[in-house]
Order: sequence, then structure tokens, then C-alpha cells
Amino acid sequence: MKFVETSEGRLEILRRIDLQVASGEAVAILGASGSGKSTLLGLLAGLDEASEGEVRLFDTSLSGLDEDGRAALRAGKVGFVFQSFQLLSGMTALENVMLPLELAGHHSPERAAMEALSQAGLALRLRHYPAQLSGGEQQRVALARAFAPGPRVLFADEPTANLDPHTGERVAELLFRLQQHSGTVLILVTHDEMLARRCDRRLYLREGRLEAEA
Amino acid sequence: MNPFSLALRLLRRDWRAGELRLLATALVIAVASVTSVGFFTDRVERAMERQASEVLAADLRLESNQRIPETLIEEADQRLLQRAETLSFPSVVLSNGVTQLVQVKAVSDHYPLRGRMRVRDRISGEDYATESLPQPGEAWLEERLLPLLDLHIGDTIKLGQRLFSIARIISYEPDRSANLFQLAPRVMIRFDEVDKTGLLGPASRVRHYLLLAGSPSQMSSYRQWIETRERPGIQVEDIRTARPELRIALERGGRFLRLAASTAILLCVVAVALSSRRFVERQSDTSALLRCLGASGRDVGRIFVLRLLTLGVIASLAGGLLGLAAQAILVELIGHWFTSRIPAPSAWPLLSGLATGILVLIGFSLPSILRLSKVPPLRVFRRHLGSPPVSYRLFLATALISLGALLMWQIGDDRLAFQLIGGLLAGMAILLLVSRLLVYLLAPLRNHTAGSWRYGLAGLSRNPATTSIQMTGFGLGITVLLVLAMVRVDLLADWRNALPEESPNQFLINIQPGEVESVRNLLAEGGIKTGGPYPMIRGRLISIDDRRVSENDYHSPRAQRLATRDFNLSLATEIQSDNKILAGRWWSESAWHEPWFSVEQGLAETLGISLGSQLGFEVAGQRISGRVENVRSVQWDSFNVNFFVIGTPGLMADLPATYITSFYLPPEKRELLHRLIQAHPSVTVLDVTALMQQVRAIMDRGTLAVESVFLFTVAAGLIVLYAGIQASHELRVQETAVLRTLGLSRRRLVTSLLLEFALLGGLAGLISAALASAISYSLATSVFELPWSIDPAMWGIALFGGAAGVGVAGTLASWRLFNTPPMTVLKKV
Repeated sequence: MKFVETSEGRLEILRRIDLQVASGEAVAILGASGSGKSTLLGLLAGLDEASEGEVRLFDTSLSGLDEDGRAALRAGKVGFVFQSFQLLSGMTALENVMLPLELAGHHSPERAAMEALSQAGLALRLRHYPAQLSGGEQQRVALARAFAPGPRVLFADEPTANLDPHTGERVAELLFRLQQHSGTVLILVTHDEMLARRCDRRLYLREGRLEAEA
Repeated sequence: MNPFSLALRLLRRDWRAGELRLLATALVIAVASVTSVGFFTDRVERAMERQASEVLAADLRLESNQRIPETLIEEADQRLLQRAETLSFPSVVLSNGVTQLVQVKAVSDHYPLRGRMRVRDRISGEDYATESLPQPGEAWLEERLLPLLDLHIGDTIKLGQRLFSIARIISYEPDRSANLFQLAPRVMIRFDEVDKTGLLGPASRVRHYLLLAGSPSQMSSYRQWIETRERPGIQVEDIRTARPELRIALERGGRFLRLAASTAILLCVVAVALSSRRFVERQSDTSALLRCLGASGRDVGRIFVLRLLTLGVIASLAGGLLGLAAQAILVELIGHWFTSRIPAPSAWPLLSGLATGILVLIGFSLPSILRLSKVPPLRVFRRHLGSPPVSYRLFLATALISLGALLMWQIGDDRLAFQLIGGLLAGMAILLLVSRLLVYLLAPLRNHTAGSWRYGLAGLSRNPATTSIQMTGFGLGITVLLVLAMVRVDLLADWRNALPEESPNQFLINIQPGEVESVRNLLAEGGIKTGGPYPMIRGRLISIDDRRVSENDYHSPRAQRLATRDFNLSLATEIQSDNKILAGRWWSESAWHEPWFSVEQGLAETLGISLGSQLGFEVAGQRISGRVENVRSVQWDSFNVNFFVIGTPGLMADLPATYITSFYLPPEKRELLHRLIQAHPSVTVLDVTALMQQVRAIMDRGTLAVESVFLFTVAAGLIVLYAGIQASHELRVQETAVLRTLGLSRRRLVTSLLLEFALLGGLAGLISAALASAISYSLATSVFELPWSIDPAMWGIALFGGAAGVGVAGTLASWRLFNTPPMTVLKKV
């Protein structure tokens, strides 16, 4: 359960959410703007704390961990893809992908990053800065960064919303190819029905509740 | 994870992205100004001291009426000090059957160790600097001796049992000024020829001098060593004891230079604090992303601190090198003003610059940077989530500790450092409070204005916290510059007033009472203004409060000398314009008959004389006695005739006196001197033009140094201005894009921004003027001991200068905003 205190009293955002995701599964969470999709994603990834109830990640209860404990749990095991790419502008594509590998203590981060970029079709774009890449290429770098450490779960927040349909389609293809190839759990937050249909399961967030497809 | 390599990579990334440029620039300028000021002041102070050392012809001079003990000389040799010996004694020269009393000075090789002698080859020839000395069998003479004995260059004089050929005319000897009123003309010979004259016996009145020179550390170590030795009758003099007026000028100058360096630190500290704040705001995304990817708060903290320290070291090194280059240019510019070579830079200022950089960064950035480790990872979804506010206690503690350490270290004067820190804290508190109040008061004005004014005013109250921080930054910058400018003007004026262009450059001594009228008329006819002639009575102090004065009663060599020598007394009805009564009162006409004395403060302190003391003098076999009615200060560097002790006419009018006067003789009227000497052959003329030029040169160098160092502080002020402007940049980027999208014209946007910054600068200037007045009053009266008065022009400069400076600079710095397509900005948000 997640609620916030406002001047009008307590505002409930999410309630009685019960979600279990199996290994290798891709789950889409759909909902209107402001329905609490990002809040749910934050809770599931341990970026935020539930007001009540329990979130378990890799069989570990997040409520028993502090911020650093949750970060340690995420390191190398959780990947993120954001709507606005979130690449560090002063770093090359390669350096961006190396970042989570280094944080996870990978023994040869450069080689692994090069491989990940190569899988994303960016072998010739290693030394380019984000500003020198198109939107689609930037999101592919973000995908390479997310998959490079071999995460068990990937959280994707509207990964194609900032892209034109054609580019979005190509990014989506890459996302699912990498997900299936790695067997990573994918939690995808989107309002794009077409994209959601590629997932194994689709859930709708309405008035703070999670409902399966009707 | 290797935090260091990640920190380095992020640092490189930040550098490329321009994230750290402002912080690094602030740091580079801080270190560059501290280092260049450090280098420059270190070298100039040493050069100034060296130049000032000319009045001793050495860095340290030992004086005695006995031979200087060998142990002291050997110790100097062991310490590899430069050494020369001189001795001086009165004697008589014989030429063409005529005798003349002279003061013989014998000089050894290497004399003078500081400064150079100037000589002439012919009477009418140009004088020039020389490093040579009289050759064996040669004597160099003072010009006035030639007409007295009807001598010419190449003639022979007899000194004791030896004949000397006159080779050159001395026009300037560096250490002559320390004993200006030597009445007998100078004859200079070689040190090793004194014995051949047979003039020196056990009872001779000879003064022995050992001149020493070396590096400051060598000299201070020798000086410390000698202080611990038994050295009866040996007087140790350095520039600070030899010429008090120069000591005061040097000390004030040094204090100002250090103050200027410290204010440069203060300004840069403000810039570093402002730019750190901005850096933290801009780095919050990176921190959130790192945490999202699994970095712990500790990892993030470590990465940012390592980045900060690496940046600190690199920027400090760059600043240090920049400072080194800047001071080299400055030294090159002013180097030729110094007669001696400017000493090479020492490593100390560079090290102190580096340490300053790191300390500034730790003190003023660390608390803000550490906040980055607390940025919630959820910021990746919700951008409004930032880092928690900095703990003010932590910020104040680190800032105060580092600033205190820095200032005490830089200024070397705890009291001044505390005053500065106190002033800074009080200033910050006042600026924050007043600016917050002003923002609050100005906000409703928006409803009564339109157009650009409305947007300008809205800009101020957009984010009151940022506005008041900006105004505080600008205010501190302006305050510091104003304070420094005011103290600088006072200091320079004080120096210039001490030695005006038309200070007396000629002294007439030994004017007989019967000649006074005639001398006065002659000078008046020549259009020369003179305050005298003043009666001069030679007398010896024999008792204080009916207790006999003995040299054994005193420890200080100066007191011992005064207790055994005649000195010059005078009588006066009115106090001289450059004297000031410190205790007691000057005598009125009705008290002229009273037996009263007026005593100079320094003499009174040295000999233990106080107001009301009863003094007894012996003058030409007569005893006189009187009460000390007042104690005066005398401006000795005015080159006016002044006396240690002055009596009432009733006490001294009947005593035998000669007269003395001083006046300024313009170069084009030198012919008047010849007429005067012809009409009054017994009157001695002392020309101190060369000496005055020397003193003036020292003061001019000081002025130049002060002006140059001030420029560095101005540069530091500009970086504060820039950092202040950048503090609100992020907010402005988005707002400008929105306003332009909504159709606000570029012209109106520029005008409103100009008004916003001008209002900020003007208000900051106004508060600063009030603060600066208070601080400069405190500094002028308690530290520099200078007179202070309120300066209305300064208020105008602060108000309009602040408005114009911040307005124009702020608008120009934001120029890029007007040219960036709004879509580019909005896309990023």
C-alpha cells in the first residue's frame, strides 16, 4: 500500500496490490497518466518504500532493508530503462554501459560493455556521446546498459514513449530479444497497448488497484 | 568497484560537460590570487626590505665603540653571510697648510652590501652608481670639503701620517642617512689603510661597524643566535630598528598586502560555495542514477569526494602555476623600479596556494557535496526530489574552521583574522536578513508595475532563497572590494602625505645668531619658504627627577647612547605643524617664562621620562632644570627640522645657540646655494635630495605593489559575480524558454533580465556600502591607525556600480539563453 499525506488528508495511491512474477516472465503494467504506474515501479525496484505491506525482491523483503541495503540488492541484478534514456551526457556510449558493470564489481567491464553494445547494434558507436546519437540509438545504449550486467529483473518505464513509431518498434524488438535471450524478468510500465501485447501478462492499474486483463 | 577510477572517469565527463568549470575556475582564481599575491608580496616585501636595507648598507649592522669581537665575525663567516666592515672616526685633514675637521670612514671590500654608492669624477660632472671602492692611496671626499680647503680632484691631502690622492667626489653613500647630521664632511679611505694613518689609539672616538647580509632565514637565524650572546656595548640594528618611519611604512604596506590576499580568499570562498551549491543541484541526477544502479550512499559519497579532491589538486596546481606566471609578469613590470635585483621566488607561496585550494574546497564544498549521497534514487522518476538541505551546523563548522585556519595563516595577525571572520559572519547574517526582507518587501510592487519591470521584479521573488543567497554573494563581493578600496586610498594618501613633493631637501646648519636675519632675507629673496631658522642648543641630559642619568641604568643601546651624548635642544613659542601633543598641553604666551620642557614621545619612552618629570641639562657649562609639560609625537619622515626636547623661551633664551633650518630648493634654483655659501662661509649646507629620492622610491614601490595586489582582488570579485549569476541559471533556462514560447519578445526578455540583475546588484551594493563603512572604520582606526571619515561618493559607487556591474554582467552571462531555441530547452526538461 502507498499513500501520501496532503493538506486535504491522506491520499491513497496504491492499495492491495498483490503481484508475483515468475522467472523469465515479461509483465506489462498499463494505466492512464497519474494512475500510479511509476510509483508502483519505484516500489517494486526498491527505489521507494511502501507505506504498508511488503515488497519482496529475490526472496528478500525490501521493507527490512535501508536505502543502502536495497541499493546493494539491486547492484548488478536489477536493470532500468527510462522514458528519457537517462544517459550521462559527458560519457561516451561505452562509458555509460560500463557504469553499472563497475558498480557491480565486474572483472572486465570494458569488454562486457563492448559486447552489450555490439548486441544492441552499436558496435560502431562506442565512442560517441549521447548528444551525437539519435533518440533510438540513445535508448539502445540504455538497453545495452540495462542488460550488460545480466540482471535478473529489468524495470522499463515507457521505453518507447519518446520515440517515433518506427524507431519505437525497433527498440521494442531489441528489448524483447535481449529479455528472451537473457531470461530476465521484465516489468514494463506503458500506456502503449501494442507494446504491452508483446508481454506474457498484461495488468491494468485502475484507482490504485492492479487488475488482470478483462 | 574501484571508486577512484570511476571518480576520475566522472571527473573527465564533468569536465567535458562543463559541469565543473565554474567550481574549478573559482578554485583556480582563488589559488592563483593567493599564490600570486603570496609570491609577489613575498618577493616584493623582500625587495622592499632589501631596498630599505640600503639605509644600513646591510641587512643587519653591528655597531660598537670597540672592535667587533672575532667570535661574532667567525659565526657570520660560518653561516656564509656576506660581510663588510667599516669604521668611522673624527679627524683632521691637512692640505696647503690649512686644517679641517672631517669624519673619516674606512670601508672594507664588499662595502656596501646593500645599495650602491654614487660618485662624481668632476665637480660639475654627472654622478653615477659605482661598485668600486677607493684604491690604496686614494681618498674619496664629500663635495663641500673641496671649497673649504681649496682642493681639486687629483690633489693630495694628509690624514695622520699618510698622504692620499683625491680620486672621486661622493654624492651618495647608502648608510649615510642613518646618521644624517654628521657635521664634519666625509673622507672615505680603504679599511686596510687606517692603521697606516696612525690615527687610532686606545682612546680614539671610533665607531666600528660590522655589516652583514644574506637570505631572510640566514639573517633571522643569525639574529636569534646573536641575541643569546653576551655582547656588551654592541648595538644590533636592522631596518626595523634603524629607521622607524620606514618600519611603519613597511609594516602597514605588508599588512595591507596580506589583507588583500585574504580578501581574495574570502571572495573566492564565496564563489566556491556558490558554485558548489549549483554543482550539487546539477549532479543530483547522476547521484540518483548511480544509486538506482546499485551504488550505496557511501559509494556515491566516496565517488563525489574523490572527484572533488582530484579536482582540488588539479585546479590548485593550475592556479599555482597561473599565480607563478602572473607574479612573474608583475615582477617584470615593476622589477626595474628596484635598485637591487628582486629576490627569486621561494616554493612556500606555491605550497601555501595548494593547501589553500584544498582547504577552501573542503571547507566550503564538502558539506554540500556530501548531500549528493543522500539524493533519493526515486529521483529518476520524480525530478522534483532533490537532496536534503545541507546541515547548517555542519556547513558553519567546516567553513569557520577552514576559514579561520586560512586567514590566521595568511595574515599572520590573529586579531586581524578574527576581525575579518567576525566581519564576514556578521556581514553574511546582515546581508541574508536584509536581502530576504527586501525580496519580501519588493514582491507586492509587481502588482503596481507592468512590462519588463514586472518580469524583473517577478524574477527576484521567483525563488526567495536563491535570490537572497545571490544578493549575499554579490553583497559580500562588493563589500570586500569597497573596504579594500577605501583602506587602500587611505593608506596611499597617508604615504603620499608623509613625504609631499616639496618636502625640504636642504638643511642649513650652524647659522650664527648674527646671521639669522641675513640668511632669512637671502632665502626670501630667492622665493624660498622656510619655517625657521630654529635655535639649536647642544646639551647633555644629566638628571631625571634629580637622579643622575647614567648609561648603566639602561639596557637598550639607544638609551645608553642618549645618556652619554649631547643632543640638540631648542626653544619655541609655538608647536610645529607636524608635531602632535600626546599628553599635557603646549604652553600659552603667559607661560613662556615658566621653566618647562616638551619631550618627544620616543625619547621619553627610551629614557623613562614621563609627564611632570623634572629634567636637568648641562649646556655649555650651565645647568638648567625644568618640568616636562607635555609629550609630543613628531613626524620624523617629514624632513622638517625637529627636536627631541624643546624648552620655553624663559628657560632657554639666554643659552648659547646656533640656528638650523630646512627648506625645499627646486633644482632650477641651486645657484642660490652658492650665493648663500659665499655670503655665509661658516654655514653648513646639507643636501638630502638623494636620500629623499631613496625614501620616496621605497614608498612608490609600496604604492605600486598595493595597486597591483588590489587588481587580483578585483579579479576574485569578478568570479564571485559570475558564480552569483550562475546560481540562478537553471531556473532561468526553463523560465526563459517558456516565456519565449509564449511569445515574449527578445528585447523585452533582455530588458527584464537586465532589470532583475540591476535590482539585485543595486540592492546588494546599498547594503554593502553600509557594511563597508562600518568595517573600514574598524580597520582604519584599530589596525592601520589611519584617520577615517564617511565617504558619500562610496555609497553612490556601490549603488550604481553594483546595479550596472551585476546588471550588465548578468545579462551578458545569460546571453546564450536568448539564442537557444525554446524547444531545445523544453525537450530537456
